[in-house]
Amino acid sequence: MKILEFIGEYILFMGRVFQKPKKLSYFRKQLSTEIINLGVQSLLIVAIISLFMGTALTIQTALQTESPWIPTWTIGFVVRQSVVLEFSPTIISLFLAGKIGSNIASEIGTMKVTEQIDAIETMGLNSASHLILPKIVACSIVNPILVTFSIFLCLFGGWCACEFMGTLPPEQYMDGLRSFFRTYDIIYALVKTFVFAIIISSISGFCGYKTEGGALEVGKASTQAVVNSSIALLFFNVVLTQIFLG
Amino acid sequence: MIEVKNLYKTFDGRDVLTDICTQFEEGKTNLIIGQSGSGKTVLMKCLIGLYRAEKGSILYSGRDINTLDKKEYQQIQQEMGILFQGSALFDSMTVRENVMFPLTMLTDKSEKEKEDRVNFCLERVNLPNAHNLYPSQISGGMKKRVAIARAIALNPKYLFCDEPNSGLDPKTSLVIDKLIYEITKEFNITTVVNTHDMNSVMEIGESVSFIYQGKLWWRGSNNEILKTDNAEVHDFVYASKYAKAMFASQNNLKE
Repeated sequence: MKILEFIGEYILFMGRVFQKPKKLSYFRKQLSTEIINLGVQSLLIVAIISLFMGTALTIQTALQTESPWIPTWTIGFVVRQSVVLEFSPTIISLFLAGKIGSNIASEIGTMKVTEQIDAIETMGLNSASHLILPKIVACSIVNPILVTFSIFLCLFGGWCACEFMGTLPPEQYMDGLRSFFRTYDIIYALVKTFVFAIIISSISGFCGYKTEGGALEVGKASTQAVVNSSIALLFFNVVLTQIFLG
Repeated sequence: MIEVKNLYKTFDGRDVLTDICTQFEEGKTNLIIGQSGSGKTVLMKCLIGLYRAEKGSILYSGRDINTLDKKEYQQIQQEMGILFQGSALFDSMTVRENVMFPLTMLTDKSEKEKEDRVNFCLERVNLPNAHNLYPSQISGGMKKRVAIARAIALNPKYLFCDEPNSGLDPKTSLVIDKLIYEITKEFNITTVVNTHDMNSVMEIGESVSFIYQGKLWWRGSNNEILKTDNAEVHDFVYASKYAKAMFASQNNLKE
């Protein structure tokens, strides 16, 4: 019952969030701030994760496919497909659910318990839309860019494994990367990331907005935001995979 | 003027406000006093529209906020300035941006007009040099003054102050009380102050409503409150032995 209540409240809340901003010029200013806070500041950590993830994935794939019957270029092909279809969109989004989700929930939660949201409401403004819509729009712009960046770095990490660790000849890895390329896979990855971005930012914003009490409740809201958005993200991963590739 | 008529508010079946009838006069500092948990904050939140009462009416210059449509209600909200207990300044904005926020969101003023208004408001609360500081960089008293500056930015008709002296030392409390009083007179605002500080009552309480167990128990002026024979009000006013001695000597002096 609690899940149904949560979903019902969330849907009603989204009705309040997706309203036309009161001042478009102010919304644009908020949007650029959020793009920097949520996107640019995640760039370094996404780069580190992607690079090491790509390197490890290539080494492991090479180990698992060590057979005279399997051509070595297959390693590059498997790495590319794994990275494009699952690793970058899902793993990076799960990581962003932790980083961005807790950031949004704690910021909104703190504003709620310190009456800053009440201050906005009593001015006759829609606080839900004013605070959360710029975050949702920023995430849905920035997360696909971060994931694209992550795909390139993962594949570069794989190349590093070949070049510096001698996992396999780099030319054969590059051959594998170019084999059987389908643009559809990229579209699938980006659509998935876009949906995940909306899920992460909206659920985290909702968890923060529902906070009542003090510092302890803000911490709980932050944890709840990460857990709920991760579960929703994994569920929608299955749904979207079935729709696009099933 | 704000009139409250037969106001009822319950939470989870528990009566928090029962049949409140009072009025807050224009150009005066109207105080709501009472013990913690008596219902004065709930009454304040009903007045500013954060809570909706189950029964009764709240009339702003004759306009009942419970029967207005959204647009008319927003018009009244823009006539209100609110000083929250914890100041409620936006952490991510500077003092200047905090005061400018209602002007940006709710008016079509030019940048120059907004700047002028922000300067005026900050000078009025004696903070002419704090424009670029963040709330985390200023003291509690300064935060209250910035919050007052933000509250008066739109030239409000009604000013609400929820526990304006909480967390402040007696000297700063006096400064804030004086500021609220001066602004009320200067701009002829209907000011409602929620407090349990007897010093504030004696300093600025032109009209005092005493709330006890969710009911309006007593109403009068700050002079009358010292002489009342109402047992609950008497207990509240003379709760501290220092207050007892101080107010007794004040009474003797006046007599």
